[in-house]
Order: sequence, then C-alpha cells, then structure tokens
Amino acid sequence: MKSLDRKLLRDLWSLKTQVLSIALVIACGIGGFIGSLSTYSSLVWSRAHYYDTARFAHVFAAAKRAPQSLVAKIHAIPGVSEVETRVVRDSQLSIPGVVPPMIARLIGYDFARPAGMNRLTLKSGRWPAPGAKGEVVVNQRFLEARDLRLGQPMNVLLNGKLERLRLVGTVLSPEYIYATRGGGMPDDEWFAVLWTGAQALAAAFNMEGAFNSVLLRLQRGTSPDAAVEALDRLLEPYGGFGAVGRADQVSDKILTQEINQQRVFGTVLPAIFLLVAAFILNVVLHRQVNAQRGEIAALKALGYDDLAIAWHYLKFASVIVLLGVAIGVWLGWWLGNAMTGLYTDFFHFPEFHYRLEPWLLLASAGAALAAAFGGALAAIRGVVRLRAAEALRPPAPAEFRPLMIERLGYAGLLTPAQRMIMRNLERKPLRAAITVAGIAGSVAILIAGTFWGDAIEWFMDVQFNRVQRAQVNVGFAEPVSRDALWELARLPGVKQVEVTRAIPVRLRAGHRSYRTAINGVADDATLLRILDAELREAKPAPGGVLLTTRLAERLGVAPGDEVVAELLEGKRIKAGLRVSGTVRELAGMNAWMRLEDLNRFAREGAMVSGAGLLVDRAQEATLLERLKQMPAAAVVIVNRTLVETFRETSAKNVLFFTAILSAFAATITVGVVYNSARIQLAERAWELASLRVLGFTRGEVSVLLLGELALEIAAAIPLGFAAGYGLAALLLALMPHEMIEFPLVISRTTYLYAGSVVVAAGVASALIVRNRIDNLDMVGVLKTRE
Amino acid sequence: MTEPVFQARALTKTYRMGEAKVHALRGVDLEIRAGEFIVLLGPSGSGKSTLLNILGGLDTPTTGDVRFLEHQLTGASEAELTRYRREHVGFVFQFYNLIPSLTTRENVELVTDIASAPMRADEALAWVGLRERLDHFPSQLSGGEQQRVAIARAIAKRPQVLLCDEPTGALDYETGKLVLEVIAKINAELGTTAMVITHNAAISGMADRVLRLGNGRIVGEEKPARKLTPAEISW
Repeated sequence: MKSLDRKLLRDLWSLKTQVLSIALVIACGIGGFIGSLSTYSSLVWSRAHYYDTARFAHVFAAAKRAPQSLVAKIHAIPGVSEVETRVVRDSQLSIPGVVPPMIARLIGYDFARPAGMNRLTLKSGRWPAPGAKGEVVVNQRFLEARDLRLGQPMNVLLNGKLERLRLVGTVLSPEYIYATRGGGMPDDEWFAVLWTGAQALAAAFNMEGAFNSVLLRLQRGTSPDAAVEALDRLLEPYGGFGAVGRADQVSDKILTQEINQQRVFGTVLPAIFLLVAAFILNVVLHRQVNAQRGEIAALKALGYDDLAIAWHYLKFASVIVLLGVAIGVWLGWWLGNAMTGLYTDFFHFPEFHYRLEPWLLLASAGAALAAAFGGALAAIRGVVRLRAAEALRPPAPAEFRPLMIERLGYAGLLTPAQRMIMRNLERKPLRAAITVAGIAGSVAILIAGTFWGDAIEWFMDVQFNRVQRAQVNVGFAEPVSRDALWELARLPGVKQVEVTRAIPVRLRAGHRSYRTAINGVADDATLLRILDAELREAKPAPGGVLLTTRLAERLGVAPGDEVVAELLEGKRIKAGLRVSGTVRELAGMNAWMRLEDLNRFAREGAMVSGAGLLVDRAQEATLLERLKQMPAAAVVIVNRTLVETFRETSAKNVLFFTAILSAFAATITVGVVYNSARIQLAERAWELASLRVLGFTRGEVSVLLLGELALEIAAAIPLGFAAGYGLAALLLALMPHEMIEFPLVISRTTYLYAGSVVVAAGVASALIVRNRIDNLDMVGVLKTRE
Repeated sequence: MTEPVFQARALTKTYRMGEAKVHALRGVDLEIRAGEFIVLLGPSGSGKSTLLNILGGLDTPTTGDVRFLEHQLTGASEAELTRYRREHVGFVFQFYNLIPSLTTRENVELVTDIASAPMRADEALAWVGLRERLDHFPSQLSGGEQQRVAIARAIAKRPQVLLCDEPTGALDYETGKLVLEVIAKINAELGTTAMVITHNAAISGMADRVLRLGNGRIVGEEKPARKLTPAEISW
C-alpha cells in the first residue's frame, strides 16, 4: 500500500464519527429514493402480472336483463376476442351478531371449469362443491376485516327471500382488489363479494337464459373505446347501464390512483432527500478538504503534483459515498420490501413480488458521487492553486468587523460572548446559510411527509360532518315514490329524513364523455350539502346542472355550456342540460340538480332512490334491525362505521411513513449539525482552548460554539415550516386527484412534531460535540499557533 | 521577607507518549515569594513549560505537592482549577491567543466580565499603552500590539501571578523590549509576581531570581547582583 493510501485510511479512521454521519445522510437519501421507486415499480409489475395471470377483463358492462342470444352479436364486435356473461346482484347481508346491515355482491361463477376471465385465486378453504346448494366463496378482505371463520353461516336476501349461505372458502379477484360499492374508499367490513354457483344464482333471480353483467377481453392493441360504444348500443334495449373500459373500472381506478400516488411520493420526496443529502455532502467535503490545507501544502512541498493530491481527496470522498451507497441500497431494499409488503397486503395481490431495478442503484450512486466530487473538487481547487509555501502558512488572521447592530449604536445590548457568536455568523453568512438550509430541509421533509394525517382528518371531517351530515344512508333497490319518506320517518329513532334521487348517467360534451350519476337534492336539504374547498355552500340553479369542477374540466365545459345527458335508467332520456355552474368539491365527480328538476328531466313523478337519516344513537341498533327487514332498502350505510374503517387503514400507513421520515430527518439533522459543529470546533479549538486557559468554564466555552448552532437551528425551523408548507403544496399539486382533492391542511401538532424532532437531533449532536469541548487541549494551544 | 506565593515539593510529571514514558519533571522543589520577578531558563524539553503549566493550574503533577497561598493545587478538581485560573492567574502566551472576533477592548472585557474585582478594561489597556486602539480587531494590530493586548487581558483581573511563556518569542527586538518593559512595570508597580519562560538568556538580567532547568530538575539558581531595567539589556 502506498503511504498516501495509508494516510487515507488513517484519516478516515480518525474522522470515523463524521464519516459515518455523512454516510448515513447519503444512505437516507438513497434509501428513500430506492425504497419508494422500487416499491412503485414492484406494484406496477405486480398488478400487470396479476391481471395477466387472472385474465382480467378489458371491458365491463351491466344491464337489467339481456338474453344469452345476444352473446353472438357481442362477440362480433370488432376487436373482441372473448365474451363472458354472468349474473351479479347486490343484496342485504346479515351475519349473526353484527348489527349494522352489510351488502353482499353475489356473482354467479362456474366452478366446474376454469373461467375465461377474472379468474379467482383460492386463498383458503375449498371451492363450492358442484351442485351443493348455498355454498359460497368470499373475498379474502371481507373475511379478514370481519374476522370470520370458514363455515360461517350468513343470510342474504335473495329476491325478497332470506336465504342461508355457507362460507366454504376465501378468494382473491382482480376485479375486487379494491372492494367498494363504488365510493372512493374501501369498505371491506361492510361490503362482501360472494361467488356462488352460476345456475343457482340465475335461478334465484329468475335469470335463466339471461345475464346482467358482461365481460370482454379484446385483441391485443385494440382500443377499448370502440368496443365500449358498440357494447352500449347492443345493451341499450336491455337496460344497459353503460360499459366501461378497464381504466374506469372502480377497483382498477382506485388501484391506479393509489399506485400513482406512490409514484409522486416515490419521486418527489426521495428526489428532495437525495438533493438535500447531496447538498450536505458537498458542503461537508468542502470543509473537510479546507481543514486539511496544511497537509495539502506539505504534500505539495514534498513534490506530489496537483493531480495526485486531487485524486487522494476524491478517494477520500468516494469511500464515504460508497459506504453511504452500500448502507443506502440495503436500506432502500429493506424499505422497498416493507412497503411493497404493506401494499401487497393492502391490495391483496395473490403473490408478493419485489423488484429492485439496477438503474435505480446506478442513478442514486451516480448522484451521490457527483455531489461529493463537486464539493471535494471545489475545495481542492482552492487549495492546490496556492503555492506550497503560501499554503504552509496558516491562512491570514480572520478579519472581523463590528456587527450591523453595533454600527447602529446598540453595542451595549450584547455580551462579549454574544458578540463572538454573532460576529462569527456575520463573517461567514454563506456557511451559516448552508447549515440553516440543511436543517430547514429536514424540517420541510418531515412536514411534507407527515401532514397527510392532518389532510385526511380534515377531509373526513368535511365529508362526514359537513357534506354528508346524515348518520345513516338508505339506498332503495328501485326508485320509489317520495312517500317512502313518511315510512322511514315512522321508524324508531329517526329524527329527520331527507330524500335524494340519483340516476346513473353518461354525460357527453363533444367527443368527451364521463359516466357518473346525477344527484337530485331538495332545495331545503341540510343533511346532504354541496360544499366547495373553502366550505362555501353551492346550490344547483333551477333547470341547470351543477358540476364538480374536476368533472367540468374532464368534459371541457364551462358554466353556460350544454352537456348531453344520457340517463341509464328508467325511460333512458337523452337530452341536453345547461351547466349552471361548477363547484370545487373535495371528493367525487358529481353532477347536481334540484330534485324536482331531475325528476322532470327523467319524465318521472316524485320519485326518490335514497334517503339520509338523522337518528337517535340510543335507538340506532333497533332502527338498523328494522331496516334489514325492509326489502326495498337494498343498501344501508352507517357513516360512522365507514369513518372508522377508513381511519384504521390510513392510520397504519401514516404511522409507518411518519416513523421512517422522522428517522431520516433526524439523521439528516444530526449529519448537518454534528458535522458543522465538528468543523467549527476544529477551526476554533485554539480560540476556545485559550478561553479555557483564561479561566472560562467548560459550560461557558460550550455556549460559544453551541450557541451558534442553536441560533442556526432556531433560524432554520421557521424557514423549514415555510418550506414544508410549500413542499406539501407541491406534492398535492402533483398528486393525481380524479376522485379526491386533498386539502392543504397542516396542523400545529405536525409543525410542533417536525420542530421537536429537529431540535432533539440538534441537542443529541450538541451533546456529542460537548464531550470534545470538555477535552480541549489547553497545554497544546499555548505552544502552537493557530 | 514576604510570604511565599507558590510552594512546590518533589514535583514530578510523567507523560505517556504512546509506548514511551516521558519524564518532564523529575522532582522539583520550589518556593516563590510575592512580588518576585522570576526568569525560567533552560533548553527545549527541560520541563520549564510543564512547570509553568502546573503552577498555572493547566496541568496537574504526577506526584508531589504544590500550593498557591492557601490553595492546594495538587488534587484540585477541574472546576477548582478553572476558578483558580479565573481569579488568580494571568497568562501571556507566545502567540498572544487573542480572540479574533473581539476588539481590543472586548478581548480584555472577556476577562473583566468573569473576574471578581477587575480593573476597567481601558485602565488595563492604559497600562500597556494601548488606550488609542480600543476598537481595533486583532487583525488590525501589529504583533507587539497584540501581545500588549494579551498582557492587558492578563492583568485586568488583578492577578497575583503573571505567567509568561516565551512572551517575546514571536516578536522582533524593539517590540520584544517594549513588551518586557510592560511586564517589568506591572511587576514593579502592581507588585504582581511574574514568571517568564524564555530561551533568551539576556532577559535574566531583569530578574530577581533566575531558575535554570535541565532534564526535569532545577539545576541552578542565581540572584543577579543588580536588577536591570529592560532598557539596559540587549541581545
């Protein structure tokens, strides 16, 4: 080994704490980057793989009742390679011991032969025996959420008759990766998907020789749009509800949205991490090389050329970076595995696939090396430019000047110690600014990473306390007369009833279209309100339709324009509607009309399809039991249970991210504060030891050094708050938000938490440095010059 | 005869330098009286700095006993030594050791802020003839001026002893003499006990007593017949 390399190893060893703290900062940047991006690509790959092996359909359509003879015509649609028809019905489900009513989606399935599409994966138990009556398999998520066991008896309302079913197995389906009745939130506890023998189900609903759901697979390279149109035309006479391509299928849509959120999370935040880490690395190496000025001069005096010296310090930088990269890759791999596992669980993919693509390693290692070399080279250039003799002399004594505050005549306000601190800061403002920026960066990352909990809480509060103020929502199987209101009002515990009407619709404007529902609300509605992001209430104007801003944008219409509404129910009216306004709602792609306007447009009398109830909590259980026995009430949703389920799911994810991000932010802060303190200490050891000789105590001397850092942290925290707010806004702007627009809400607790983590990390680094201040060499300084 | 300020008995100091043991002091007995001007002479490695450091409370002996007035320095805690330096000792170093971010006046105030009965900073600076440069930073002063600020800083607390380690080592002839004059004046007029380490034998003419150190021991002691003023000595 050459002696220069031996010097390298010893330098690294003597600086081991600093080396490790810098390496850890890099590791956090790289770990976050690799972890998030590999999770994203693993999820995309897992989904593609699952859809492929399960032969997930490309087009989905529902109708009231279509004859089997239509299949040949559907098959003849250009681009269609396979057609599968089935019977699907939603019905009330009750399980002994569970009070609130649940919904079962019953799907006919031929267990005797492998399905052509949407194949099920058996997770536990067995398939229903051929011909066995009442045996079903259920989606795994429901079983887990409800904590049920196989063999569990359950009752469903089949065509008005209470039927007993037996649970024999659990399955996964690509169609119900996200099991939801159609809202944006998973409601695994309240929504079961049951697959049962196709013939028995058809018989129970008098659907022999007919179907109400059809799935298509398309030839490779066929766009689903044409097939969707053609299928709509074929199904229209049979009460078609409008076909959708895979991109609009509920489960896939939510899944895609979730994965895309992961992409934003997985690129923006880690990129900032990597940037902050690179920045700190650059600064620290710059200082480190500067501190070795004397050695560099000695090497030059001994005849080493600039290139050899530069290479020596680049090796020094590389060792730190490679150590950081090694830890970072491991951390990223671990994080990616954990997050992919978390999501695989959450989405219930049948198989766990984690993929770490080599380009991620190369990109992150490259970024870290580039940053390190940049910092080291800038410092080396400054030092090697000096002539050897010049570099051997210590740098000229630091020049100081009175502070701004002193020049203004307020010198008396400061003690000498405070003046020393302030003048040091004023003399090297760039250095102070860099330290401040590094610490502010970690505060910002913490805030941007953890404010989601606040945003979700606020969102839930708005949705469930201000928009949907009903405690219980009832959906009817078929539209019923407005008189249902009186029937509901008579039920026990009902304090207030408000009826609504929702009609499935396809809205068209030019070549754009969107499938949603038009909601009719009474003028005096108070249980269902239309609120914009600022919580201002909006009302549909008489005769017009009020659209969620996102929906208006999607359709490319503005107030005053006309949209064509094709109702997918009842008389299937197709006519123009004037857009009376738009409203920036937080959730949904909604179209709103006055209830009577909607009924008039549908050319129906005073019909309603659902109702919201305000109930007496004490009598809620009795009420729910009564509702279960009402055949007309196909769907009963208790909002409180929805909120609880949602909170549980999100809490788990939020907690995980908060923990990871806190660890990262703390590491970055320690990296910045500790290194800054160490370098300052190295530069000022002589001065501080002189003070100790003069009779200053360890505490007094520590204040001089640590006071500067404390000031820097104090300045960094409010800056970090502002940066965190900006970063959170950026993340929200980049988030895909077709269904939900998250509000930029950051609670005081989040700010407080971010500030505390950084202060704690700062204190920890100060304590480590304090130990060194305590052991300053007082005798040494008397003999050596600065 | 005045009372002794320092009394040292059988002082030894051993350092470990890696594998090797360095015997810096091998048994020093010493008594220094109030108001004495002592010059410590000796070659490099003779132990003079080690002795000065022990007397100044910067270091502790390995064995032996050292007292400053009624204070036992041997076995004193770190905090006690800090208080001792703060209250009783003025240090002057070869390289001045001024704080670059503080002005002349503030460097002195650094000490007057923590001492129990100090003189005013401008008074201390008047002693060293630097009243006109109160608001200059060290980078704006010459070497001699910086050393005089260091002396002002050392005497501002009205210390009983002034310990100077090669105070003229980094200065040219003229400036060096100026600094010695200041030290002599303080010794004479304030009655501060002064100990000066030097390589420069010519300075011994100023002393009441000259102690020669060699190989960790006091190898000689002289009392010059007549104490010279700095103006009378040359080298």
